[in-house]
Amino acid sequence: MPMIEAALQDELRKQGVFITTLEDLYNWGRKNSVWPLQFGLACCAIEMMAASMARHDLARFGAEVFRPSPRQADLMIVAGTVTKKMAPQVVRLYNQMPEPKYVIAMGACAISGGPFKQGYNVLKGIDRYIPVDVHIPGCPPRPEALLHAFMTLQEKIDAQALSGPNRPRHMRADEPSEFPVPKFGDHDLEPPHNKSVWSPPGAAGQS
Amino acid sequence: MNATYSSELFIGIFLVLALLFALAPLVVARIWAGCFSPQKPGPDKNATYECGLESRQDASVQFRSEYYLYAILFLVFDVEVVFLLPFAVAFGQLSVGASLAMLVFVLLLVEGLAWAWMKGVLRWT
Ligand code: SF4
Repeated sequence: MPMIEAALQDELRKQGVFITTLEDLYNWGRKNSVWPLQFGLACCAIEMMAASMARHDLARFGAEVFRPSPRQADLMIVAGTVTKKMAPQVVRLYNQMPEPKYVIAMGACAISGGPFKQGYNVLKGIDRYIPVDVHIPGCPPRPEALLHAFMTLQEKIDAQALSGPNRPRHMRADEPSEFPVPKFGDHDLEPPHNKSVWSPPGAAGQS
Repeated sequence: MNATYSSELFIGIFLVLALLFALAPLVVARIWAGCFSPQKPGPDKNATYECGLESRQDASVQFRSEYYLYAILFLVFDVEVVFLLPFAVAFGQLSVGASLAMLVFVLLLVEGLAWAWMKGVLRWT
């Protein structure tokens, strides 16, 4: 429920009166200080490093502070091939991050298995186990693509409501903050995907 | 105008301000969590962070105190090398006194080595 319309707010700003809401202030602060987890899996991580260097300069978005511990990170950039051996660790790292937390799946491997999709040992997309906020296609995506994903994520954070029925997952007490960590089964990971976040294409709604 | 200030009062005020400065963010975070963002601890989140792997055993393991012998032995050779190299380089210009002092120093270290030898530390079994 907007307390004050955008037009009135604009008019007031022209007169030198600045009005904001707690929600806007909160989101403004959050979106400009997203701290990613320092976590690279394969070749895409090289592009992620390039994005944080001087030429592409991730610091312009307030996101240059790559944290070595999930306790201090808001964003997980899944940069590279997720092997089935690594998948439980990725999910556990995600679980260990404090809320609110976001995930960018970077590159063909992280979103679908990419060039290794037919392989027996590669997970066909990290979104089978954890909720992904932004997917970036490409093999590898250029740093500009990562920057674009960042801006998309910032827009998403900016639009998140603080209260009401549309508030995001981390604001709801009944929604989980941890997702089940898959186990090594006889032939595959058990379970092969988390039913609450992913269902096979074509089976939408059945889950 | 001519009020007299006691320095203890200032220290007291600063102490209170410093405490408030440190505590206020924690209190605000608590209130924020209560109003908007519910806390969601869980077994994974509360677990020890070990690069994503599950921790296998207790992290507080004990080391055998006998390892001090190896530490001493390492120190003997380490210190010896550090001092022997400049000694060898400057050997030609050294006075007799300096050479004698160096000899005493080396003998001290050799004594440590002999002591370790007698204790049987040099047997690596
Ligand atoms: S998407 Fe391409 S560049 Fe990225 S990790 Fe996979 S193979 Fe490497």
